[in-house]
Amino acid sequence: MALLEIDDLHVSFKTMDGVVRAVAGVSLSLDARRTLGIVGESGSGKSVTAQTIVGLTRFPNAKISGRIMFDGRDLVSMDADHLRDIRGARIAMIFQDPLSSLHPFFKVGHQIVEAIRVHEDVPRDVAKRRTIEALRSVGIPSPEERFDSFPHEMSGGMRQRVMIAMALALRPDILIADEPTTALDVTVQAQVLELIQALRDDFGTAVILITHDLGVVAQMCDDVAVMYAGRVLEQAPREVLFDGPQHPYTWGLLQSIPRLDAPRSDRLSPIAGSPPSLINVPRGCTFHPRCPYTPPPALETEPPLEEAEPGHLVRCHLSVEERRRLWQSLQSEHPALR
Amino acid sequence: MGAYIVRRFLWAILLLLVVSFLTFVIFDVFPSADPAVLRAGRNATPALIHQIRINLGLNKPFYIQYWRYLKGLALHFDLGYSYYNSESVRSEIFSRLPATISLTVGAFIVWMLIGLPVGIVSAIRPRTLLDRTLMGGALVAISAPVYFIGLLALFLFANGTGLVNWFDGAGSYVPISQSPATWFGSLILPWFTLAAAFAAFYARMTRGNLIDTMGEDYIRTARAKGLRESLVIGKHGLRAALTPIVTMAGMDVGLLLGGAILTETVFNIPGVGRYAYEAITNSDLPAIQGTVLFGAFFIVFANLVVDILYAFLDPRVTYG
Repeated sequence: MALLEIDDLHVSFKTMDGVVRAVAGVSLSLDARRTLGIVGESGSGKSVTAQTIVGLTRFPNAKISGRIMFDGRDLVSMDADHLRDIRGARIAMIFQDPLSSLHPFFKVGHQIVEAIRVHEDVPRDVAKRRTIEALRSVGIPSPEERFDSFPHEMSGGMRQRVMIAMALALRPDILIADEPTTALDVTVQAQVLELIQALRDDFGTAVILITHDLGVVAQMCDDVAVMYAGRVLEQAPREVLFDGPQHPYTWGLLQSIPRLDAPRSDRLSPIAGSPPSLINVPRGCTFHPRCPYTPPPALETEPPLEEAEPGHLVRCHLSVEERRRLWQSLQSEHPALR
Repeated sequence: MGAYIVRRFLWAILLLLVVSFLTFVIFDVFPSADPAVLRAGRNATPALIHQIRINLGLNKPFYIQYWRYLKGLALHFDLGYSYYNSESVRSEIFSRLPATISLTVGAFIVWMLIGLPVGIVSAIRPRTLLDRTLMGGALVAISAPVYFIGLLALFLFANGTGLVNWFDGAGSYVPISQSPATWFGSLILPWFTLAAAFAAFYARMTRGNLIDTMGEDYIRTARAKGLRESLVIGKHGLRAALTPIVTMAGMDVGLLLGGAILTETVFNIPGVGRYAYEAITNSDLPAIQGTVLFGAFFIVFANLVVDILYAFLDPRVTYG
C-alpha cells in the first residue's frame, strides 16, 4: 500500500477577480522510501498540491475536496488539531527561499528546538542536544556555535541546511521539498540536492520534490508527475518518462533545458505563450492554446489521464502512435533530446 | 556601539543649538508683543518701560542676547529668567515636569492597552464586521482633535460640567505626593483624551503590521512545524509585527514629555505644555526657549534610546 495516496484533489481560492482553481483533480501516490518529482511552471498547482497535503492551504481559506490518505487516515477531512500532530512530525516541509522561511528574530537553534518540542515532550537541553546533532548531520560546521546564529548571519546554502535539519529533526516519514534549490547559487544547489538524497537514503524518508527543473528530476526522482494548470498531464517512472515522453508539454519542458553538449545551431526553444489563468481555464485540453499539434477534439473536450503503456499515464488527445512519431521526429531535429 | 552613541550625542548637541538659535531668530523677526510693555503693566511710564528693557537686555542686538543666553546655558545649565515674572525658567519647568510625566506615562499605558489588542483582534479577523467596526472607530478617534475630545469628555463625564458626574474635571489635578487617589481620579479623563488618537493610530499600525507579517514565509514555516496557531500569531507573528511599534512608542513618549500642550490646557493641568502655552501668550522669550529646548531634548533623547533599543530587538540591525 502506498504511504501517501492523493485521490482526485481539488483546491480553489476565492479572490477579488474570481475563483482560482489551483488544483483540479490531481491523483498521485507515493511509496515509502521513494522520491516523487512534481514538475511544472509557476502556477501549475504543484506547490498548492504540496501545501495542501499538510493543510497549509487551510489558512488562506482554500476550498479543498478529494482525499489524501496517509497512514489509513484522510488528511483533507481531518480536524486541525490532529493534522497539526502530523504536520512537522510525520510530514515535514522545506521551502524555496530559506532566508525568508526562517524567522529573522530567532536564533536558528531555537527555531529547531521549538520544532522538536512542539511534538515531543522533551526537556530543553535534550532538544538542544538533538538540534546540534541535526545541524551536524546536515553538514553544518561547528554546530554548537551555529546553534546561536541568526539566519542573516549564514549563507544561503547553510540556511537551507538549517531548514532541512529542522524538517528532519523528528525523522518524518515524508519530506516535501518545495523548490528547495531555486533561490540558491548554482554551486550550492548540487550540494543541497546531494544532502537531501543522502538523508533520504540514511533515514528512509520518502520525498516529494517540487521543481520546475527536469534536470533535477532526472538526478533525484524515482517517479515523475508533470503538472499544468492544476492537472497532471503526464506521469511515469523516471526512466520511462525520459526514455519516451509522450506529452507535447513535457517535450517543451525538455527542449527548454540548457545543454552544454548541444550544438550551437540547436537553440533553446522555450514553450510559446504563457501558463493559462487559473480563473478562466481554457476549454477542452488546457494545454491546447500553446500546443503545436492541437488535434480538433482538444478544443472541445478535456482528454482523460490514460495509460499509454504500463505505469505511464498521459493526458492527450493525440494517439499513442502519433505521439511516438512526433517525439522521434523532434529528436531527429534536436540531437540534444536524444 | 560606543562610538555610535558618542557620535549621536554630538549630533544631538548640535541639533539643540540649531533649535535654540531658530527659536531666537523667530522671536526676534516676528515680535508678537513687547515683553517690556507686558511686564511694566498698565499705565506704565515710558521711562519705566525703557528701564525694564535695559534690565532684560532687550536693547542689545539679538546676537548678543543669544550669546549671553548660550553662555548661561553652557556654563550653568541656566535657562534664563522669565521676562514675565523673573522666575528661573529651569525651576519652573522642573516643578511642572511631574504633572507632564504623570499625564504622558498614564496615557501611554492606556493607549498601548487599547491599541495593541484592538489591532491584533482586527488583524486575526480581517474584513469581518468586528474588524470594520473597530477600524471605523479608530478612524474617528484619529480624526477628532484632542481639544474636541477633551471638551466632549468634560461635557459628558466631568464632575460639575458633565451630563453624568463620573470623574474629576478640569483643574482638579493634585501632585501624587499630595494624594495619590485624587491624583489618579483627576487624570482619568486626560489620560483617555490624550490616549484616544494614539490608541487608534496604534491599533491601525498593529493591524497592518500583523497582517503583513502573517503573510511572510516564516509564518508558513512556523505552521509547517505543527505549531499551535495561537503561538504562530502570538510568538512568531507579534515578535516581528510589534518591533516597529515599540520604536514608534518611544518616539511618541519623547514627544509628549516635552509637554502635551492641548490636553494640559483643556484640563488645566499645570504641566510643561501649559507653561509653554502661557509663555507664548506672554511673549516670554526665556520661557519659550526653555520649553522648546526641553521638548527638543526629549525628542532627540527618545530617538537615541529607540535606535539603541532597536539593535536589541532586531538582531539584523548593527551600528558601526
